[in-house]
Amino acid sequence: MVAIAEPVGLYTQSEMMVISASRSLRDGDVVFVGVGLPNLACNLAKRLHAPSLQMVYEAGIFDANPERQALSIGDPCLAAGASCVTAISEIFLFYLQRGLIDVGFLGGAQIDRHGNLNTTVVGDYSHPEVRLPGSGGACDIATLAKRVFIIGRQSKRSFVDRVGFVTSPGYLPGGGRPAGAPGGGPKLVVTDLGVYDFSACGEMRVRSLHPNAPAEEVRNKTGWGIEVPVDVTITLPPTAQELRILREDLDPNRYYLKGEQAP
Amino acid sequence: MIDKVTNLKAAMGEFVHDGDVVVMEGFTHLIPFAAAHEIIRQRRRNLTLVRLTPDLIYDQLIGAGCCRKLVFSWAGNPGVGSLHAFRRAVGAGTLEIEEYSHFGLAMRLFAGAANLPFMPIRGYFGSDLPKVNPAIKPFVSPYGGESLYAVPAIMPDVAILHAQRADSDGNVQIWGLTGVQREAAFASKRVIVTVEEIVPGGVIRADPNRTLIPGLIVSAVCRVPFGAHPSYAMGYYDRDAEFYLRWEEISRDPRLLEEWLRDWVDETPSREAYVERLGRAQLEALQPVPHYSEPVNYGRYR
Repeated sequence: MVAIAEPVGLYTQSEMMVISASRSLRDGDVVFVGVGLPNLACNLAKRLHAPSLQMVYEAGIFDANPERQALSIGDPCLAAGASCVTAISEIFLFYLQRGLIDVGFLGGAQIDRHGNLNTTVVGDYSHPEVRLPGSGGACDIATLAKRVFIIGRQSKRSFVDRVGFVTSPGYLPGGGRPAGAPGGGPKLVVTDLGVYDFSACGEMRVRSLHPNAPAEEVRNKTGWGIEVPVDVTITLPPTAQELRILREDLDPNRYYLKGEQAP
Repeated sequence: MIDKVTNLKAAMGEFVHDGDVVVMEGFTHLIPFAAAHEIIRQRRRNLTLVRLTPDLIYDQLIGAGCCRKLVFSWAGNPGVGSLHAFRRAVGAGTLEIEEYSHFGLAMRLFAGAANLPFMPIRGYFGSDLPKVNPAIKPFVSPYGGESLYAVPAIMPDVAILHAQRADSDGNVQIWGLTGVQREAAFASKRVIVTVEEIVPGGVIRADPNRTLIPGLIVSAVCRVPFGAHPSYAMGYYDRDAEFYLRWEEISRDPRLLEEWLRDWVDETPSREAYVERLGRAQLEALQPVPHYSEPVNYGRYR
């Protein structure tokens, strides 16, 4: 359910990104949550239309109920008050590999047109131009979750035709999933410019553009010739309630929405 | 039972040797920083360091020149950015790396703990990780022919952990996140545990479900209050998020890193001295409001 828009003032593109991502989560979803932007989106959904959303964290937490903003994936506020705290092994074996995760929500990656993610390395593996942190749980989540959502700011460097290193698999060229991967693969990509999904051929396509995101900018910040339909849907702008919860309750110090002051 | 209690300097001196494979675990929670600093002070060299998230603790060990090889699955400063000593060492080609996903590396320790040669997982299909790490091997299940990947067992020479409490026999209790500490302990030949408190055996026996690691496999227990700072100990002190932010600046500049290691490790001979230097007030500010669980009734049977 999407909250009906009341007129609001200004908002940033990052706020629009987190808010539109939160709307894509359903009440009752069991979500494997990455820290940062995915965490904001999940907590926002839980406060609004998805109160029975259950948040799972790779640190070994099922059904977190944090009383403050988590600054890391193992923040004590995620363990305190959770339904279950268990070993990391069990989270991956019994929750993720067992098939209990509806949505794997990942952030902060370089993504290609087939939804493959790179968080490992830019350039040669042995002599990298940029060494990134690596997989963490992302490869496992991308392989095993029923649906994978990805959130991150869009640029020509982050939205590429083909990633140089596949850390976490999306679709093969032509549309299939890699043989053996039980999960459903990427279903949704949310950026500061728009919302994307995947065609039957496993290729990313525009689902909606955010207000204030011109088609020209979207094309310029996409590393392949992405099609923007003339009659493209425009994302509903944030409601006052969504903005208030995000700004006042979830990220009051602009820790994750940094670099952008609330207008 | 043998009394396992000793001091940190003696424990590290006796049980950690140059060239060892060492796992120091604790996922965000209970990261054994005090023990790592003692390893740096004792100038251990050529260590193979194993950890899901190298975190600041291994960035410090790498920066201090203790590490030859890193086995890991996510090398960043959580919630902040990069580990710069790690990145410099990879860029310079002075650090050998072997990387997995969290699931894969957790299962390596799991297999080691269970004395199995490998663990099968449904993972790595379509990922380039097996291409750069030949230890991750595809195989076909002998039951029904499914494709799976195997990760090999790892059996480190020594596991080093921090915990809330233990008794003098080395029975260790942890609450809050338990990460892969149990797997790391059972996989390793020697286990050293630093704790916030050493408690009488009766405290442990009154709540045996909370015991994560039995004294059976523990070589040494050291009382080191605040031994996990700047990470946290659930119920004792919060994570020092400010320090994680500051590490970004410190580790980015090799000279600042060197100065920090000199001031806070080499010239700060113990965790007690570290706590004094940091100031009790700053640590007390990290203490959470107490919030107790309901006691459970185990019953008495005699």
